[in-house]
Amino acid sequence: MSLSKVFDIAGAGMTAQSMRLNVVSSNIANVDSAVSSNGEPYKGKKVVFTAIPINKETPQVATVRVTAVVEDQSPARMVYDPKHPMADAKGYVTMPNINPVEEMTDMISSARSYQTNVEMMNTAKSLLQKTLSIGQQ
Amino acid sequence: MLDKIAKHFDFQQKALGLRAYRTEVLSSNIANSDTPYHKAVDFDFKDAMTRAIGESQSSMAMDKTHQTHLDGFAEQADKDFKLQYRNEVQPSIDGNTVDMDLERSAFADNALKYQSTLTFLNRRISGLSDAIKG
Repeated sequence: MSLSKVFDIAGAGMTAQSMRLNVVSSNIANVDSAVSSNGEPYKGKKVVFTAIPINKETPQVATVRVTAVVEDQSPARMVYDPKHPMADAKGYVTMPNINPVEEMTDMISSARSYQTNVEMMNTAKSLLQKTLSIGQQ
Repeated sequence: MLDKIAKHFDFQQKALGLRAYRTEVLSSNIANSDTPYHKAVDFDFKDAMTRAIGESQSSMAMDKTHQTHLDGFAEQADKDFKLQYRNEVQPSIDGNTVDMDLERSAFADNALKYQSTLTFLNRRISGLSDAIKG
């Protein structure tokens, strides 16, 4: 049943996009967190999407999964604030390497992709319902 | 008798199967619109449909009673069709070739044609039941 596979694919897409949205919201919420749970400044996180083939015959047709959440390795943002308790000898505080503009666009992108997956699922649902009523007058 | 009824629905049945499969392929493209290096695929519906019909009518093909007889269309038809990669309209730096506008319009078009095929099939069924009931 190809149409019920659309549910798997769209469902996987929604899960993946909501994980991405989660990571983005974590990044935005921690944009000024000079200390994270490991004592270091918070580092921006990114999800890694991987296409997972549905069957061996046609590996091009694939569902999607988040296979890793990686830390952004770009240099930290240095802010001059001598009164800050985390300031170093020169008065600089190491702040997270998060660009709020980038995160906001990432948020919009993932929300749009999530919506598309929902629409796809709704279409598959209505097609299946109509298929079930074949021959009924 | 019953196989005649089955054959009556054969075309629509094959078309529905292919449409449903195309829905799956397009949904895979859309779900992977943010996956790096994912290449969008699709198949030629006309070609796939021709092959599907060719398969079903192979029993109707002409007999070859001599080695120099030529193949009919039914014999030439390959049993399977290939998924093909889409040409990218705007290349992206992450190697992904999914063009959202194209995929979404193809998806909507495909869903509409699936429903049209369902309508045709329903009409065939009601036509047949009208003939039975008289």
